[in-house]
Amino acid sequence: MKRFAQLFTQLDQTTKINTKVNALAHYFQDADDKDRLWTVAILSHRRPKRTVTTTLLRHWAAEYGNIPLWLFEESYHVVGDLAETIALSLPPKESEQDQSLSYWIDFIKSLGALEEEEKQEKVLWAWRQLDDAERFIFNKLITGGFRIGVSQKLMVRALAKYTGMEENILAHRLMGDWTPDTTTFQDLIITADPSDDLSKPYPFYLAYALEGEAQDLGMPEAWQAERKWDGIRGQLIVRNGELFVWSRGEELVTDKFPEYKVLAERLPNGTVIDGEILPFKDGQPLTFNLLQTRIGRKNVTKAVMSKAPVVLMAYDLLEWAGEDIRQKPMAERRKLLEYAVADCHHEVLMLSPIVPFSTWEVLAQERAKSRELHSEGIMLKRKDSDYKAGRKKGDWWKWKIDPLTIDAVMIYAQRGHGRRANLYTDFTFAVWDGELLVPFTKAYSGLTDKEFGAITAWVKKNTVERFGPVRSVTPHHVFEIAFEGINLSKRHKSGVALRFPRISRWRKDKPKEEANTLDDLKSLL
Amino acid sequence: MMGFAPAQYYFDLFLYKGDAIDRKNMALLEFRKEGIYCPAADIYIDPWRRVKRALITHGHADHSRWGHQYYLSTTSAMPVIKYRLGDIRIETVAYGEKKYINGVQFSFHPAGHILGSAQIRVEHKGEVWVVSGDYKIEEDGFAEAYEAVKCHSFITECTFGLPIYKWKPQQEVFQAINQWWQQNKSEGKVSVLSGYSLGKAQRIIQNLDTSIGKIYTHGAVENVNEVIRQQGVRLQETTRVTAAIHKKDFIGHIVVCPPSAMGSPWIKKFKPVSLGVASGWMMLRGARRRRAADRGFVLSDHVDWPGLNQAIKATEAERIFVTHGYTDIFKRWLIEEGYEAEVVETEYEGELSEITDSKEEKAEE
Repeated sequence: MKRFAQLFTQLDQTTKINTKVNALAHYFQDADDKDRLWTVAILSHRRPKRTVTTTLLRHWAAEYGNIPLWLFEESYHVVGDLAETIALSLPPKESEQDQSLSYWIDFIKSLGALEEEEKQEKVLWAWRQLDDAERFIFNKLITGGFRIGVSQKLMVRALAKYTGMEENILAHRLMGDWTPDTTTFQDLIITADPSDDLSKPYPFYLAYALEGEAQDLGMPEAWQAERKWDGIRGQLIVRNGELFVWSRGEELVTDKFPEYKVLAERLPNGTVIDGEILPFKDGQPLTFNLLQTRIGRKNVTKAVMSKAPVVLMAYDLLEWAGEDIRQKPMAERRKLLEYAVADCHHEVLMLSPIVPFSTWEVLAQERAKSRELHSEGIMLKRKDSDYKAGRKKGDWWKWKIDPLTIDAVMIYAQRGHGRRANLYTDFTFAVWDGELLVPFTKAYSGLTDKEFGAITAWVKKNTVERFGPVRSVTPHHVFEIAFEGINLSKRHKSGVALRFPRISRWRKDKPKEEANTLDDLKSLL
Repeated sequence: MMGFAPAQYYFDLFLYKGDAIDRKNMALLEFRKEGIYCPAADIYIDPWRRVKRALITHGHADHSRWGHQYYLSTTSAMPVIKYRLGDIRIETVAYGEKKYINGVQFSFHPAGHILGSAQIRVEHKGEVWVVSGDYKIEEDGFAEAYEAVKCHSFITECTFGLPIYKWKPQQEVFQAINQWWQQNKSEGKVSVLSGYSLGKAQRIIQNLDTSIGKIYTHGAVENVNEVIRQQGVRLQETTRVTAAIHKKDFIGHIVVCPPSAMGSPWIKKFKPVSLGVASGWMMLRGARRRRAADRGFVLSDHVDWPGLNQAIKATEAERIFVTHGYTDIFKRWLIEEGYEAEVVETEYEGELSEITDSKEEKAEE
């Protein structure tokens, strides 16, 4: 694993994209096919199944590190990463080894069948011979969630550099339902024919938020506008009489949405539609919260389906009559899509309506109606654009509505994770209800590192009470909280739940008395 | 403005008798809003509010503040303190030298933190207390080496009082720093390495391999270097970065600057560049990534976890007061280890100035 650890260190030590791509491409050159494939798998969020619980790992690490468990937990709150906390808590290694990455992954997989004591013995055996960086990687592989500052996009670039193949072809080949146990590097990447895999989706084309003014985009005639719907982006595939539904997170979610089953018969084979999985009833979209009640469930019951029925709001057509039509211009694909939806003629498949506009002012007025239409804003797509892979600038833009905002008082603080470890970055905010401050949301992001540094120093000096990792602080600082939506909630003390809350700015100009009230907040419902 | 009188004059001031208060039942040191106080001698140690008489452990801004009437420090700490605080009345003692103030015996002992840094030992009627100031066990070849001092009560910093903080021997760290410099040189880059301008910067300078190239310094660092050289301490040759030096002249060489310079426009004159940070905080991956530096080197002038425990044990003290750092956690640990331990709220920052921007460092740019 030394070579992989070296790669990890190189990636971790730089913030420069090109340096990362080069390091990764070099690694691909040096590694064998098995390690290569596992690296691709890990960097596309496919990790081995968890075979040891984190509770056990915590206990073993504290024991081997010769510290009490509570001290290990305190350290964890500071480090903000379990794998790293373990690596830093262990004594120096006792012996040397240089097994491959695949060796250690197989090793981790083999733990699943063992009894607890045998697991402990094997994990300790591994820790004793791995160095600091290797231990961290080993722990990451066990605990999952391997984020090493390499996006899938960057990995594909490196793979393109190494193989000499085109990025969008590679991105497509990496999609879908594979694991290193079901394929090889050669089969998946080098010789693969995507049509071998009936379920294989296309990479999603993702839009950036519009920068600057809409009129800077040029002639309105060149653009197609649609509503931006607030559901889950998905891809619906009908091939060989079978139906597959993928979420944007590349999860196969066919079983979660039985409503779509009927489409397997009503759409012709060789059809792939890009759309929004949208909760929809009585002619209008429902809130995203309802959809969340469905995603978490193992069994989608009739009751759940009637409470939160879904449609597929179709945006685009990627494959038609078995042919990949992503290179055709948007306008042409839209015509085919309109035909496909009409021909299917079923209420579960809807066409995302085009918003007609002759000038940018007209579109701005349409955008202003977004909230009442339960939409997040406007999507702009250049009529002559092809369907690209991944997040690309230029042809597609999302023009979201401005968020709702409220001024709130910070009352609790907790340390962050990852790159915010050891800084107080996770805050709970409250609004006034008479003389009382009622907590209504948490928010993490939105301040600069410098501001987080300043707030951290302040929190340390103004702590009132500590509850484990959480500190209550003197109510003093006011922050503007931005959010996308608000709903009634029985689970929250304040009676409301926010969607995508984040800190939009630090209102140093406002004393705490001037923060908003619970009534102000509820008036946004 | 008042001129400087000979040191002897101030010596007498330290013999000031203090107010006649009943001092039975009084602790030898107590904790006041102004700082750590010795009632028997009517004197403060590293106070953070203005007081009449202050004993100073070392010259860092959070320990050595402006505005006291009289200062006492070690001989080797004095020049920097005077340079930073300007026209102050200061008297000095040698390490180990005993000084009696109002019948209380004070002595300064090497803390290994930076040049001139001291732990302050206080003895009265058979009772001994030690105030650690900031300290480090490992010898760095520049600061006077730390000495364990036995006492009954020990007031210790615990900036890095968690078991995750374990330093590698500095030789290994400097090997990595020099390798990084060499690598940057071979890629035609300037190496810029940040470390606090008093202490860390000189420790770095002293351990750089000058067969690779020249050492340039930021003004804040070079000002301190000049003071230190004037007191007769040898330091490797350095060159102050000035506008007169051409951009190309920095290529392949290393620039040592304070942390606050890293995010400033000043840094833009070095191109292409690799940025390094030397700090104990670099132990954590999160902190390394947050820094947006290319490399983080784990190098601290404070004790690590094993060092802290070793130092406490060596004092043979039964009562431990912990200040700045992970105080609550460290206190609980000490209690479980069988010590009597308490947290003392102070305004010391430890190495905090390396993660947040220090105002003082900015002012010196």
